[in-house]
Amino acid sequence: MAKVLAVSGNEAVANAFRQINPDVCAAYPITPSTEVMQRFTAFVSDGEVDTEVILVESEHSAMSACIGASAAGGRVFTNTSSQGLALMWEMLFIASGMRLPIILSLVNRALAAPLNIHCDHSDGMGARDTGWIQLWSENAQEAYDNTIQLFRIAEHMDIRVPAMICMDGFIISHSIARVEFLEDDEVKKFVGEFTPVNPLLDVTKPVSYGPLILPDYYMEYKRAQHEAMTRVSKVVLDVAAEFEKLSGRRYGLFEAYRLDDAEIALVILNSAAGTSKDVVDEFRDKGVKAGLLKPRLFRPFPYEEVAAALKGAKVVCVMDRADSFGGFGPMYMEIASAMMLISGNRPVLINKIYGLGGRDYLPEHAAMVLDEMTEIAKGGRVKTYKEYIGVRE
Amino acid sequence: MKLKGWKDLTPGAVLTEPGSAEEFHTGSWRSFRPVWNPENCIQCMFCWTYCPDMAIKTKDGKRDEFDYDFCKGCGICALECPGKKGQKAIVMVEEDK
Repeated sequence: MAKVLAVSGNEAVANAFRQINPDVCAAYPITPSTEVMQRFTAFVSDGEVDTEVILVESEHSAMSACIGASAAGGRVFTNTSSQGLALMWEMLFIASGMRLPIILSLVNRALAAPLNIHCDHSDGMGARDTGWIQLWSENAQEAYDNTIQLFRIAEHMDIRVPAMICMDGFIISHSIARVEFLEDDEVKKFVGEFTPVNPLLDVTKPVSYGPLILPDYYMEYKRAQHEAMTRVSKVVLDVAAEFEKLSGRRYGLFEAYRLDDAEIALVILNSAAGTSKDVVDEFRDKGVKAGLLKPRLFRPFPYEEVAAALKGAKVVCVMDRADSFGGFGPMYMEIASAMMLISGNRPVLINKIYGLGGRDYLPEHAAMVLDEMTEIAKGGRVKTYKEYIGVRE
Repeated sequence: MKLKGWKDLTPGAVLTEPGSAEEFHTGSWRSFRPVWNPENCIQCMFCWTYCPDMAIKTKDGKRDEFDYDFCKGCGICALECPGKKGQKAIVMVEEDK
């Protein structure tokens, strides 16, 4: 029986962790993800979970402690944002290189300088190449559902790599929204018992983590790491199918919204996808064949599936809430790579940078972009391939 | 030794056999070789104490030959060696000489 509550995104995620009751959590709370730990440590104090919470002096230490606890054989999670994830950066590679299925809830926030606490995706996109799985979430419900599914995905014996759930800072983390919770025992049953692989605490079978691997073997280990990532898509879909039976909520590698016959298509992540879907509906009402693709699994990126979903469009605009200064936005680069898998006519592909540092993304922004795409689809000239929207001249 | 391919490795480079460093003969890295002259050795065991790689073997509680499989030629033993009457019991000799 599902329970429906009005909660913040952070509270929804904290409750997923409560229901899963992991063995260890090491974290150094940071805005806007602080509330996840605030609520989770209250669960610890109230005896609702028996998780060992480790107080650390930085995010670098938080991830280090998570790595130790995971290698010891525990089910481990942490939570951070922005500068916190940036400070973890070195250890993110160590977690993935050691193939430790640590779960991290990332509440997306801009990176300094200038200092800013509001939403953009620079933190998560900066961790793109760290070897972590990334699931992105539009709203509190998706963040909750993704958290539960991600434990199953990361801990799957074909995969065993760390994984992060991303949701928008403040816009989702601090807004109160309707969330349908599963029962505690349903979640526990769905996630199951944690099975450690080569745990350090098994004294009958001593192992060493973190050896020096020189040029004669390093590349083989990295190749094997990529192989594990190639198995993620299938597991994501299998877990989603099982989750749908339990919850009635359907998930895929991405959401294709009115995309089947779309001539113009937006690609956009997280909360702004919700805003954009409303505007897509308005354009559909006007007779414009607009659609939207909202990526969910960003790492590993499902290039072939995305290419198949977008190949019918005439114009695709990739909306990035993060920038690569001197380059296209990070999502644009992925979609451009996916487009290369299409033989024959490819859609015109343009890039808009929006919403940096919490700048509002409004329905009129989506409408402006869709209008421009409509013109291009009619044979109009592409004025610029990369443009910033919602910015003052 | 035939090197393994990527499909045959333990995920995460976890070593499942204890003490496997013994199979890795780091002595091949050496460019200077310590040479022991027992005539000048007073059995102070300083070299044994200071050696960072346990590359000085002992026999019946006394210093014995170097373990050249693991001695990287750092020269600490030669530096610390007090010798006898100003004559070092350990000297470093270039490997190709």
